[in-house]
Amino acid sequence: MNQPAITKNKSKSPATATAKSVAMSVSDPTWVRWLLIGTTIGFMALLLLLPLGVIFWEALRRGAKVYVAALTERNALNAIKMTLLAAIIAVPLNTLFGLAAAWATTKYQYRGKSLLISLIDLPFAVSPIIAGLMYVLVFGLQGWLGPFLNSYGIQVIFAVPGVVLATLFVTFPFVARELIPLMQEQGSEEEWAAISLGASGWQTFWRVTLPNIKWGVLYGVLLCNARAMGEFGAVSVVSSNIRGRTNTIPLQIDALYNEYNTAAAFALASILAFLGVVTLCAKSLLEYRIESSRRRVNHSKEAETES
Amino acid sequence: MRAKRSKTKSLPGFGITFGFTLFYLALIVLIPMAALFWKSLSMDFKEFLATLANPRVQASFRLTFGASLVAAVVNLIFGAIAAWSLTRYQFPGKGLLNALVDLPFAMPTAVSGIALMTIFSPTGLLGSWLFPLGIKTSISPLGVVIALVFIGFPFVVRTLQPAIEDLDREAEMAAASLGASRWQTFYRVTVPSLLPAAVTGFTLAFARALGEYGSVVFIAGNLPMKTEIASLLIISRIDENDIAGASAVAMVLLVLTLVILLLIQGVQWLANRRTGRETG
Repeated sequence: MNQPAITKNKSKSPATATAKSVAMSVSDPTWVRWLLIGTTIGFMALLLLLPLGVIFWEALRRGAKVYVAALTERNALNAIKMTLLAAIIAVPLNTLFGLAAAWATTKYQYRGKSLLISLIDLPFAVSPIIAGLMYVLVFGLQGWLGPFLNSYGIQVIFAVPGVVLATLFVTFPFVARELIPLMQEQGSEEEWAAISLGASGWQTFWRVTLPNIKWGVLYGVLLCNARAMGEFGAVSVVSSNIRGRTNTIPLQIDALYNEYNTAAAFALASILAFLGVVTLCAKSLLEYRIESSRRRVNHSKEAETES
Repeated sequence: MRAKRSKTKSLPGFGITFGFTLFYLALIVLIPMAALFWKSLSMDFKEFLATLANPRVQASFRLTFGASLVAAVVNLIFGAIAAWSLTRYQFPGKGLLNALVDLPFAMPTAVSGIALMTIFSPTGLLGSWLFPLGIKTSISPLGVVIALVFIGFPFVVRTLQPAIEDLDREAEMAAASLGASRWQTFYRVTVPSLLPAAVTGFTLAFARALGEYGSVVFIAGNLPMKTEIASLLIISRIDENDIAGASAVAMVLLVLTLVILLLIQGVQWLANRRTGRETG
């Protein structure tokens, strides 16, 4: 779980022996050290660890029976289904997009490429509430397409498609943003080699590119999924208040909490919190993997240039 | 390096990947965004201004900007301390804390929201201590700040950490060997080289706070004129079927966020140019 050392092959100071006394004055005094560490631990315990603990405590303190009952209640089950549905549609689509966008922006040179990359990042800059509003403006009854679709009996806003679209928007850049810098760094030497040996575009992608970026893809998918299952703001704008129909887990938590049904609200919250913790652990593991595979690629490149 | 070859021939797949990228980007992001710009621009300008001059709108903007600024300052201070400790020092539990930094990213905002409200409510774990002292930690602007500190913390830590790792220790040592005290070395050498990252982290936390909704709404209490943030006001306007009013507020918030984020790209660009690093 330790942060992998990312020291970038910096050559050690040549004057290591004489530097010892200097190094002493470069390191911080012990009292400063412990003051800063203490502040960090205290602040993070209060701000981060305490809320995490409270969720599980509040979910479980009324006993397993209440907990299980809250999770197997009809509206809760519907919310879980709705959340899974949104994630099952949004994650693969945005992963596909991420792969295509990374290929299109890292394997070729053309004008406007950096603008395209900025546009891909745009959804991160847009507040989720505003994202929801945008879809209301397109698909709502006063919107651009709403009246047209409505005349065919298709409802987007206050219905399932609206929830899926809002989820697509807020999770849009996750995979792409992870892959673009990774593939940029790896370059296209290996792809060129495969092509010149007669491989087709697809073969090159499957056998050369994908194995090189698999951990990056997984990392993006992980973050994309966490956000897809946890999105609240954008989804609450476009979903109806009719319970059980379009409520995702976060919306159901909101509804239960406002009815003072804290036990049930925290029971559902504990599922998402558990997902969050799993995401964090997997993320730390993957970061380690990505870093070591990146170092391996760089190392072999260096070996090549040296020989 | 491969310039010669890529001029004559390029890897296959450009048409399909570029085409799909543009199509999907337009469908999911650009067209909905255009709808918001269209709606705001098609409003009568006087009407647009009148919507923004509404006292409830003004109060929500004051709260949103004020609380976001205070939260970003708190995060800059504690985030810098945390980033420094987690990068420079060794202590038990460090790996766990380092992974925990990202908790606000990984935790759904609604979940964080009800947890924070439970802790800081008058009967909560910390609220029951603080309320008797006259510190209202929920249903108050302070509650909004607490939620925004929670949500912005990782931005500052995660932007500062790589900068601290990349710090030129040789420059620090040079300063020290020339007789500078630890403190002089710190504020003459270390602080200036961390400044761009600190500004970036601060601004990212601030920008995120401006648009934050889920973690704030529970602890804020959402009293119009008092603890109603701009995002919540947008939702109220939609519920009242005042789509134009919602769009006007959203437009201001969105444009300001985009301007802020463009400014930090400028800061990063300048910093990179000064240190002679290539821009990515």
